[in-house]
Amino acid sequence: MAPMIAVEDLSVTFRSAGREFRAVQNVSFDVAPGETFGIVGESGSGKSTILRAIAGLVPSASKRLEVNGRPAALRRSRDDRRMLQFVFQDPYASLHPRQTVDDILREPLEIHHEDNIDKRVTAAIADVGLSPTHRFRYPHQLSGGQRQRVAIARALILSPPILLLDEPTSALDVSVQAEILNLLGKLRQTYSLTSILVSHDLAVVAHLCNRIAIMQFGRLVETITADDLRSGDVTADYTRQLIAASRGFTRASA
Amino acid sequence: MSASLLTIEDLNVSFPGRSGITHAVRNASFTLGRERLGIVGESGSGKSTTGRALLGLVPRPGIVTAQTMTYAGRNLLACSEREWQELRGRRMSMVMQDPKYSLNPVQTVGHQISETCYLHLRTSREDARRRTIAMLEAVQIRDPELVSQLYPHQLSGGMGQRVMIAMMLIAEPDLLIADEPTSALDVTVQNEVLRILDALVRERGMGLIFISHNLTVVSSFCDRVLIMYGGRIVEECAARDLNNARHPYTRALVAATPSLDVPRAELATVVRDPAWLQ
Amino acid sequence: MTDTLSSWLTTDAPASRRQAVLGNLYRGGTAILRNPTALVGLIIVALLLLAAVFAPLLSTYSPIAQDLPNRLAPPSPAHWFGTDELGRDILARTLFGARVTLTIVALVSIVVAPIGLAVGTVAGYAGGWVDAVLMRITDVFLAFPRLVLALAFAAALGPGIENAVIAISLTAWPAYARIARSETLAIAQSDFIQAAVLQGASTWRILFRHIVPLCLSSVIVRLTLDMAGIILTAAGLGFLGLGAQPPTAEWGAMVSSGRDVILDQWWVATIPGLAIFIVSLGFNLLGDGLRDVFDPKSA
Repeated sequence: MAPMIAVEDLSVTFRSAGREFRAVQNVSFDVAPGETFGIVGESGSGKSTILRAIAGLVPSASKRLEVNGRPAALRRSRDDRRMLQFVFQDPYASLHPRQTVDDILREPLEIHHEDNIDKRVTAAIADVGLSPTHRFRYPHQLSGGQRQRVAIARALILSPPILLLDEPTSALDVSVQAEILNLLGKLRQTYSLTSILVSHDLAVVAHLCNRIAIMQFGRLVETITADDLRSGDVTADYTRQLIAASRGFTRASA
Repeated sequence: MSASLLTIEDLNVSFPGRSGITHAVRNASFTLGRERLGIVGESGSGKSTTGRALLGLVPRPGIVTAQTMTYAGRNLLACSEREWQELRGRRMSMVMQDPKYSLNPVQTVGHQISETCYLHLRTSREDARRRTIAMLEAVQIRDPELVSQLYPHQLSGGMGQRVMIAMMLIAEPDLLIADEPTSALDVTVQNEVLRILDALVRERGMGLIFISHNLTVVSSFCDRVLIMYGGRIVEECAARDLNNARHPYTRALVAATPSLDVPRAELATVVRDPAWLQ
Repeated sequence: MTDTLSSWLTTDAPASRRQAVLGNLYRGGTAILRNPTALVGLIIVALLLLAAVFAPLLSTYSPIAQDLPNRLAPPSPAHWFGTDELGRDILARTLFGARVTLTIVALVSIVVAPIGLAVGTVAGYAGGWVDAVLMRITDVFLAFPRLVLALAFAAALGPGIENAVIAISLTAWPAYARIARSETLAIAQSDFIQAAVLQGASTWRILFRHIVPLCLSSVIVRLTLDMAGIILTAAGLGFLGLGAQPPTAEWGAMVSSGRDVILDQWWVATIPGLAIFIVSLGFNLLGDGLRDVFDPKSA
């Protein structure tokens, strides 16, 4: 089966004031349809940058960068935009502060000249576990978890086959994180989504993803399955370090 | 059993506001000896406010009341601002979350650490410099002479936190309050910093209060844990006994945390019982 | 009744878009009214509006009716503010002069705010050479001193309110472009803008629906503070004879014509001068208060 997302030799370099910073270097991976692919790394590993390159938010160079069989250029048509959507990390920054939930959810439908807007907005709100009383609230009247639900509803309202998630629960409390992760699990089942989940938290990634890529300093260290991660059956030392560190504090072998 | 360094009984912190009074901390009571106490809670649980109340740092218009608030025999409730200034840094210190925001950006790191020496230990300039370098070595900074000349924005996250720890421990306090000290750090750096904290606290026989939202880190680092919810302490137990916690909120929190070792199809969610707020 | 209305407006769960928008306005409004500076400013501006609208009802005389035997009469029960050098009632002229002032302020506002917003947001969002070109054009207009440009216009096109408005607008819009540009730069990289880009929103839609609403509060604050300056400039032009032409009552022109008799008949120049002062102060206070409410950090 042809991969839904095909990345071959992707590199992203940022240039400013004559200096060059290579955020992503020669990364290659495939994501099969319906798969949830995880990308794990620490800060500066380039994991979020890869996601933004696939979404076309940052320019990149690659041998191949294809979404659903078609090359993903930097300039995308409105139709191309229906293919993939994004959920951002910071629930406080991803919603327009002067728009109500209703405004935020109508926007993609209006841009694409869809009909039945009212019905679809109500359905989207119910889909992510919000109640109709939330529909006309402004973001500052919602909690972090509720805002993230709105962001997810916004991403899914056009029924994209692909969902990109950039640390969707890092800014949330543990109990809220659990609700959002459960919601994502349910939604990807209902809508047969193909997704890429980026996180620094190994446990979160292992919970939701089938296969996981480990990134360090812009390079892909290795790609393993969630089971390998849990059993510790990995090849790279860095991955072992990450696994050990995620278990909490240990009084030093060192 | 170590004698109590800190005794808190019935601590209440409230913030009067336009729409009524917010009770950030309600009837909190606990003691601390020369051990590590973790305070775990989600946002709004009152854990950070508790930490600040212990140092007299609750911002206006907050009101702090308690039946007892003693530190090393001293009644904190009766302290004037001057007496607080003598205590802070010298007898009790606080390490905060992000060194970017807690270090002075226009002074070199060495200068900031030495300043603590003059103020509290009244050493000479030379002596302060020597102690600063020694302290930077103690937090395992490889080139202490060079680093002491750097400004905070030139340091990485982990290094910044180590500098922060050096600055807070140089006057040799008996109590350190660490408010989310590793939350802004990468997970591999986190453990390095925790190891340094562990070694220093053990060597000096200090008391440590570790405030965090991260149950995994707190339960692996601390001896005892307090769980806070809605301003109240709902559970107090030994860190290793967390899995057998009694309060439903604690059990729910443990069950909601995803873990590498326990694969779950669905994570348990916390069903908030309003009775917990009573 | 008012209890249910205010709870309807302040509810946390609005049931329709209208309720949400009205609730938001209500909250903003009460915040403004709670700020003492803004309240005083608002009262003064409201008085200005009332004076302008109800001028014919409030004055018993016509502003242009001359009464030469009664010229330069001091304030008395017949003429509360006295009469000027042609016997016209100063109270009436002051009230009708409010109309001229308001007209100038309103016209300038509706010209400079949209132009400034358009130029600033496009420059901030597009960046690159578009930004550079637009900002250099802005700099050119910033370089003109207001009064000198107005004199040039008056010389070229003749005096009058319209030309005064054009002259003032041409030199006032650059400040708004700069404000709009800096607000745009701050939010252009925000996640919610990126989300709109990802949905396929056109640049026009992003600018108009997402960016401009966020620039509005800074622009409104600046506009209110600027109005004091605009009033003074208009009065200055009037003083030089370049604004509203006689016999229309205009505060600046009134001050000018009262100059000659200021020592003996102080009321002719002072009353319109006070009016200018109070209204400028009112706008200044309102602007200060609005800034405290909308953007407390820059106070």
